[in-house]
Amino acid sequence: MKKELKVPRIKDGTVIDHINAGNAVKVLHILAIPKTTSSTVSVAMNVKSKLGKKDIVKVENRELDPKEVDKIALIAPKATINIIRDYEVTKKHRVKLPDEIIGIVSCSNPTCVSNANEPVESRFKIISRDPPKIKCYYCEREPEDIADRII
Amino acid sequence: MIFKGKDIISIKDFSKKEINYILDYAEEMIPFAKGEKYKDLLKGKVLSTLFFEPSTRTRLSFESSMNRLGGRVIGFADPSGTSQKKGESLADTIRMADSYSDAIVIRHPHEGAARLAAEFADSPVLNAGDGAGRHPTQCLLDLFTIRSEKKQIKNKNIVLLGDLKYGRTVHSLAYALALYGAKLTFVSPTSLKMPNEVTDECKELGIEPSYSSNLEKTIKDADVLYVTRIQRERFPDAEEYNRVVGSYKINKSLLENAKENLIIMHPLAFRFGWPCFH
Repeated sequence: MKKELKVPRIKDGTVIDHINAGNAVKVLHILAIPKTTSSTVSVAMNVKSKLGKKDIVKVENRELDPKEVDKIALIAPKATINIIRDYEVTKKHRVKLPDEIIGIVSCSNPTCVSNANEPVESRFKIISRDPPKIKCYYCEREPEDIADRII
Repeated sequence: MIFKGKDIISIKDFSKKEINYILDYAEEMIPFAKGEKYKDLLKGKVLSTLFFEPSTRTRLSFESSMNRLGGRVIGFADPSGTSQKKGESLADTIRMADSYSDAIVIRHPHEGAARLAAEFADSPVLNAGDGAGRHPTQCLLDLFTIRSEKKQIKNKNIVLLGDLKYGRTVHSLAYALALYGAKLTFVSPTSLKMPNEVTDECKELGIEPSYSSNLEKTIKDADVLYVTRIQRERFPDAEEYNRVVGSYKINKSLLENAKENLIIMHPLAFRFGWPCFH
């Protein structure tokens, strides 16, 4: 039987695959989509795969900058970024967290100076990539649930 | 070894070699601290002491050191008379102090405040305590005391007792003692146990701290008992405070089981009530 795609193939653009099931919306939020693009965006959630369920995001007519996309590794460390040109995958890479993330996650410590009224953005050092673990540059606390702290 | 321009935000900013150098130098400075010798090493230099939280020993020790070495001090011991009351950000206060002085000492109720201050100041920033975060200068003093009393820190049984959750002195000290290879035991009520971040730092240095809630048992092997005050001001609610106050008592009968050469340390302020001495 011919396999049916839940979300149709795209001609040009970016496919973010292997997102941990249920996290697609957070991925869109981290990437500030659709704020930063008027392209058509398709989201598939809880798609069956060899390794269980996953989410997929497809952004048409826009090639996302891999460095920009890498920060989604915070909540989807196994995600892959596929650049599509004329229906073919021309580039593929697995997301990799940068050494530091700025302005994406708020500190879970209410008395951290980064949560006070100061002219600084939240800043975290990456201490483990998979599973992702981060430490606040200011107060040195580690948020237990990173997804909950995404700004 | 050159420290010129270096911030002191966390004890983790120093290697063991650097800490040893500072402790050795501190030894040489004892006659100057006591006023038996004088040298105007800091003549013409100005230190800002910005104390957004109460302090007695830390503030006076910085001011005394500065004066003993020929420098001058500006600053405040109570933020209520400063522009903070008008809503000024810490960043702006730091920019101002930076332009008036050669170094800045800061104590602040927010964790990470000293790290933030260092970002906005060209002059060196010294962390004199940031909320429940770190207290690196107290840590240097505690290491100095333990080394002086016990000759070495490696393999000594050191018990940290009390408010290990909010106590900034023990956060810095646990890391530093692990760096020196001490055997650590943490004794506290469950709700005030050492944060995982600090325990993980010790483990990364190859030291697996033991946990206990039984001080009577732990005291037997201890070489150093380091006691911290329960800090009412850090508790989100008074009930939690009342639940743990008085959990441990240090009295003559407890110490009958201790080693003869046990030393008991307390970073002060000392508060009768918990943990208490009788």
